[in-house]
Amino acid sequence: MSNPSKPLTLAEKLWASHLVAEGKDGAPDLLYIDLHLVHEVTSPQAFDGLRLAGRKVRRPDLTIATEDHNTPTIDIDKPIADLTSRTQIEALRKNAAEFGIRLHSLGDKNQGIVHVVGPQLGLTMPGITVVCGDSHTSTHGAFGALAMGIGTSEVEHVLATQTLPLKPFKTMAINVEGTLRPGVTAKDIILAVIAKISTGGGQGYALEYRGSAIRSLSMEGRMTICNMSIEAGARAGMVAPDEITYAYLKGRPHAPEGADWDAALAYWKTLPTDEGAVFDAEVFIDADKLDPFVTWGTNPGQGVSLFDSVPNPADIQDPNERAAAERALEYMDLKAGTPMKEIAVNTVFLGSCTNSRIEDLRAAAAIVKGQKKADGVRMMVVPGSQKVRIQAEEEGLDKIFKEFGAEWRFAGCSMCLGMNPDQLAAGERAASTSNRNFEGRQGKGARTHLVSPLVAAATAIRGTLSAPSDLESVS
Amino acid sequence: MEKIEKFSGVAVPLKRSNVDTDQIIPAVYLKRITKTGFEDALFASWKAEPDFVLNQPVFANGEVLIAGPDFGTGSSREHAVWALRDWGFKAVFSAKFADIFRGNSGKQGFITGVITEDETKALWDQIDANPGVSATVDLPNQTLFLGEMTVSFEIDPYTKWRLMEGLDDIGLTLRDEPAITSFESNRESWRPQTLPAKGI
Repeated sequence: MSNPSKPLTLAEKLWASHLVAEGKDGAPDLLYIDLHLVHEVTSPQAFDGLRLAGRKVRRPDLTIATEDHNTPTIDIDKPIADLTSRTQIEALRKNAAEFGIRLHSLGDKNQGIVHVVGPQLGLTMPGITVVCGDSHTSTHGAFGALAMGIGTSEVEHVLATQTLPLKPFKTMAINVEGTLRPGVTAKDIILAVIAKISTGGGQGYALEYRGSAIRSLSMEGRMTICNMSIEAGARAGMVAPDEITYAYLKGRPHAPEGADWDAALAYWKTLPTDEGAVFDAEVFIDADKLDPFVTWGTNPGQGVSLFDSVPNPADIQDPNERAAAERALEYMDLKAGTPMKEIAVNTVFLGSCTNSRIEDLRAAAAIVKGQKKADGVRMMVVPGSQKVRIQAEEEGLDKIFKEFGAEWRFAGCSMCLGMNPDQLAAGERAASTSNRNFEGRQGKGARTHLVSPLVAAATAIRGTLSAPSDLESVS
Repeated sequence: MEKIEKFSGVAVPLKRSNVDTDQIIPAVYLKRITKTGFEDALFASWKAEPDFVLNQPVFANGEVLIAGPDFGTGSSREHAVWALRDWGFKAVFSAKFADIFRGNSGKQGFITGVITEDETKALWDQIDANPGVSATVDLPNQTLFLGEMTVSFEIDPYTKWRLMEGLDDIGLTLRDEPAITSFESNRESWRPQTLPAKGI
């Protein structure tokens, strides 16, 4: 990185521009952190650590907190019924007050999933480093930022020092060229990427999503893709900033203004990966050929085209993968060879930091509008933030969902991980726009199929995993 | 942090790959605001299965976990390390670890040693032949002794040094405090600031 003429990748430029101290003798580099997002679950022990050591938060002005993982999505004006959840929320409120940190609490119009709130406020921008005690922090990489999830000890470290010791990542280009067919979305791209490189394929890498299919995505689509980088094992995923990025950011509450905007813009335009820069690994995906993608198993890499069938573990070469597939089919109660479209669900969940933004809600609403929900299927719609909820209501989307028979909820992580009462019962099966289909993720013994918002909406109408194109036969 | 050199304890085979942190500790146990007392939460769902390895009395006091590849994937929850530690584990060996889990472990004085898949299987065979067998972990020499086997393991040299010295990361970073202050003095004014709050 010391040779100024060497072509660099976006990730290398972000690294170099935040280097506080270079690690010597095998020690990690020390990187400066521009933005630290905090939520209730992974922070209480970090604040306790500060108190025990008599330390302060070094930069409260680069830190922001919100309540999302534990919060209920109904009756938000009442005290939180679950005592341990309430205690954790109260701990965050107390810590934020004591250490001078801005907090958007339940009921505040800026409250919501931390990865929806940062971009919406214009705090997430190109060329910065972002961390949060949450693995889906990779979402913010969509702006051309180095964004990564950290553990609680690291949360404490960033609070105390505004820096993080890190070993450099290797770089991987995920090239997605072509044009998506109707009904195929950003979610399908990332599920296909994870199926291709597996849940461990990105370990040790920062991913850069490139190519014409990525360039034509909106910021929200790019966030969906970067969000799930961690499901491929990568701590960070990113997209180089362009006119779509700048247009999304301009005018947001914390976006730079005036001369600052001009200076920032000039700098941001230098960020994209240089011609001739070399990635440590490259992956190619043909966007023209992608179908809607859904998972059949218990990790996000166990996915297939919606038009395909449940795979047969006997066809899997790798013995670990084969054993994992056998166990997954048992847990999911699925038989090899079953067409994915014949799988019936009890619940459809539209939400999570992956797919709960306004475009996701609009896309799903356009499909369910005027349609009848399948008998016996429950659909929950959980906007990513209160702002998204308010905007959706201004556009009348809430009415469309309610007329369809869906539950219209307040913002939060909700059924993505079921820390609040929004859980599936044992044996229940969901089509979920979230990011993890792990055993028990949405409730003990519950079964999850990861899908796009379009597939979620079509599934709610037909009761079995479905694409919007399947609806043409339904009058 | 306590300095770590060499210790011995019962070895436990966890014959599964892709053990994600939702399995190590389900989300419902993440509501506590303490940093200890998570032993009941460890592998809570799997412990409901009678034949799960930790339900076998011979392994109940396990200290050294030998797991399949891709251990610790998924959520960043450091509670996964706390739960393993509170149960009594001091080290886990696997062919591949998720980055965040490995980082979290290093902060807690918990060893993540990388061995090969063949070695993993051979160690499982050793334990199957002699359930309750003790393993000895020699951190300075990066060696694991179990039954007849002697296995070298990989660990990041910096993490190893920190664990052996019992050093705390924040204290180490604060040695660079002047560099942090100097970096901050050059920080461009367009970069994000959460305060004073806008958009409220």
